[in-house]
Amino acid sequence: MKLTKTLMATSALTVAAAGAFAAGHGMSDSMTLVSWGGAYQSSQQKAYVEPYIAMNEGVSATWDESSAEAVAKLRAMNEAGNVTWDLVDVVAADAIRLCDEGLALEIDPDEDLAAAPDGTSAEDDFGDLLVSDCFIPQIVYSTTFGYRTDMVPAGMEAPSQICDVFDLEKYPGKRALEKRPINNMEWALLCDGVAKEDVYDVLETEEGQDQALAKLGTIKDSVIWWSAGADTPQLLADGEIFMGSTYNGRLFSVIEEQKQPVGMMWDAQVFDLDGWIIPAGLSDDRLARAKDFVKFATDTQRLADQSKYISYGPARLSSAPLVGQHADLGIEMAPHMPTDPENAKNTFLYNYEFWADYRDDIDAKFQAWLAQ
Amino acid sequence: MSDATADAQNEAGKVLAADGTPLKKSLRRALRTQKMRALLLIAPLLIFVVVTFIAPILDMLFRSVENQIVSETLPRTVVELREWDEETGNLPDEAAWEAAYKDIFYAAERKLHTRLGTRLNYEQTGISSLFRKSGRGLDDIGEVYQDQFKDLDKSWDKGEPWASMMGSDAFNDAMSNWKKGDPLPQFEARAGIAEVLPETAAAYDWFARFQLTEEEKSLHKEEPWTLVHWALYKDLKAGDVSGYTGPGAEMLAEADALVDTPDFETIAIQDAFVEFDEDWADVEVWRTIKTYSPPYTSGYFLNAVDMQKSPTGPEMRDEDERIYGLLFKRTLFMSLVITFSCILLAYPVAYLLSNLPMRTANLLMILVLLPFWTSLLVRTSAWKVMLQQQGVINDVLVWLGLVNDADRLVMINNQFGTIVAMTHILLPFMILPMYSVMSTIPPSYVRAAKSLGATNWTTFWRVYFPQSVPGIGAGSILVFILAIGYYITPEIVGGTTGTFISNRIAYHISSSLNWGLAAALGSILLVVVLVLYWLYDRIVGIDNVKLGG
Repeated sequence: MKLTKTLMATSALTVAAAGAFAAGHGMSDSMTLVSWGGAYQSSQQKAYVEPYIAMNEGVSATWDESSAEAVAKLRAMNEAGNVTWDLVDVVAADAIRLCDEGLALEIDPDEDLAAAPDGTSAEDDFGDLLVSDCFIPQIVYSTTFGYRTDMVPAGMEAPSQICDVFDLEKYPGKRALEKRPINNMEWALLCDGVAKEDVYDVLETEEGQDQALAKLGTIKDSVIWWSAGADTPQLLADGEIFMGSTYNGRLFSVIEEQKQPVGMMWDAQVFDLDGWIIPAGLSDDRLARAKDFVKFATDTQRLADQSKYISYGPARLSSAPLVGQHADLGIEMAPHMPTDPENAKNTFLYNYEFWADYRDDIDAKFQAWLAQ
Repeated sequence: MSDATADAQNEAGKVLAADGTPLKKSLRRALRTQKMRALLLIAPLLIFVVVTFIAPILDMLFRSVENQIVSETLPRTVVELREWDEETGNLPDEAAWEAAYKDIFYAAERKLHTRLGTRLNYEQTGISSLFRKSGRGLDDIGEVYQDQFKDLDKSWDKGEPWASMMGSDAFNDAMSNWKKGDPLPQFEARAGIAEVLPETAAAYDWFARFQLTEEEKSLHKEEPWTLVHWALYKDLKAGDVSGYTGPGAEMLAEADALVDTPDFETIAIQDAFVEFDEDWADVEVWRTIKTYSPPYTSGYFLNAVDMQKSPTGPEMRDEDERIYGLLFKRTLFMSLVITFSCILLAYPVAYLLSNLPMRTANLLMILVLLPFWTSLLVRTSAWKVMLQQQGVINDVLVWLGLVNDADRLVMINNQFGTIVAMTHILLPFMILPMYSVMSTIPPSYVRAAKSLGATNWTTFWRVYFPQSVPGIGAGSILVFILAIGYYITPEIVGGTTGTFISNRIAYHISSSLNWGLAAALGSILLVVVLVLYWLYDRIVGIDNVKLGG
């Protein structure tokens, strides 16, 4: 069964390759796109790939759901000298690492990306979100908290402050936090009296790291540590926890699509970016196709279209006014965007530089602390 | 006795085959052909196993000591640092800074400096951004010189004058005749230029080769790197160029004069580096580079046993950073617990299977195998539904009134959850070998024991059980070795106290990308398993293990 599949895939590839040479546009006829699977990938399929294929007859796109291990796999492919991916969707921190390792291609925003409809250059349109020379931003997402509305203690207001997470007396019940130091350490320091602008200065020091762990220690016994984005929504839906952190799009689907009694707490949400990188070492025809596609897929309209299917904010300034209604539910999407002014009163931006340096060190400490 | 007589006696003692050759020789030949044939028969499998299994594993394990990236990326710095005594607490001397400038500049052009930064960041926090920032800023140093030379004569900022000065006439002719699309000519340095301008010639040589082979650009079009301008300043400052008479001799003489004027602006490499990032002034950074400069390192292995390198030799890490020792112990302990619970549960099932009538036994067998055919993730997630606090088991217990609703049992995200889920998942690996051994135990032995007056227990314990031990042995080895390397199930149901060493290995392979450390951890795990296997062989005896009748 598997063998037949492989054989079929191989012959399909050969046919595709032959087709590419026959077409002779200098562009490959097939692309392998790498993404996260699930609702997010299908939003990309609908917003980017389907219109692109409709415009370019004969082009096919295959998905590979490997974004979570993209850096390791790309490194292995590169060492083996056979990169089979054409475009990879990764979070910004991974894009920076891929760029550092020389595994991703550097891009020139003004040449490789489309300008906004009003003529603003891509570089200005994306602005600060171009956090790496290799990174083509797509969406802004945030890691934030959801809580069970039916488990809020009687007579108590719903949690609205980040420090409510650490307040077991006011809001008893279990929490879910991600099994890594990033975000948790910042939240812990914020709620231990450290000013927002000093968080990373404090976290650079041993004492600061101990302080953050000590604060997390106050709720350690009530925390379920998650490692997959789907964990918190499941724990919330089952009533296992009172509140937990996860990606805002996951909470949107728990609340709006599955109609669970869950509320959003946007305070101190941490913004992060997700986008494309083009792997280094592609052949000319594949590179040409990847560039052509990515220019189309990250233009103003396409980024705005994606928000019809999922509640992540488009990375272009010019896309924001075009955000409309959800394709199936028909609700306005703007108020569900992490970037909506109402939601973004108090936010954090993932500090890429800090975590690139301190990730290994603090993670070792954090894991040792967890295991004890 | 003479040689001749000895030979004659030997000949006489030999038995000959029918064709007259000595029998021994003839037999050996026959055996050899047979062995060759056997080898040829297994050759495809052997090659397959070596190529797809053994070679990659060896390659992966090799990474646990491999450390060539430092000496390959910073070759000159590494040499200069050999002279430096890190014990004094002083920063390295000027030569080391200059070597670092050249190395990092060249690495940055090839985009290799950040990769090295990532590597060294595993050893010292902060080096990753140190290299990234420095790579971006390096042009600032050379531009100081480039601007002044350019103000003196525009030619210093153009490709062609440089090329005609540094390259041979033959090369320049070839370059002039080159058209886009043709293969680029090989760079050849002008004879004698290396004596007049040693640093510049070396720097230009890198630049030329890099442009021609990597970037595939014409040297007549591309202005040299700022590194070359810095090197030119070094040469002009150090030596005398009046002996040079080739192309550009005039502008070179002018530049030489300029360099000696008091207004000529210079910049010390050290100051510039510290400006990029003050960490360069930290002796620790240089110490780390020096410590990790040899092509092979024990650093990953030390790290894997919670130790680290220090100027005074290996030492234990801080208490709050030790994790791997704990995880190794936990992995072994939990794998043993899982193996024993598998034995306890599997024995009665296997006994039933082998003693029931065929029809019922087959049905039971399907029940054993059914979960085996279900996806691992599905089975693990099912345990989540069963064990969680709002899960099936807790709900039933609360409904029965055995447990108070307020304090439901915590059975998941801890060791208990991992043990339960993994015992369930690995159970078939215990049942099947046990069953295949038990089904070969003749029932007449049991009957004979009973007819001789043994009680049920004695019959079982003295007659049946000893014959089933090889099945237990085989099952235990299978389950234990599978358990020790498991990682998906502990990741999902293990929480923080039920995770294994393999979870950390997976983390280092796919998240932190510290493959060296992952390889070291993997090697240690492999050695532990081999040692346990050896012990098992000594104590139980591997001959007592049977996978089938």
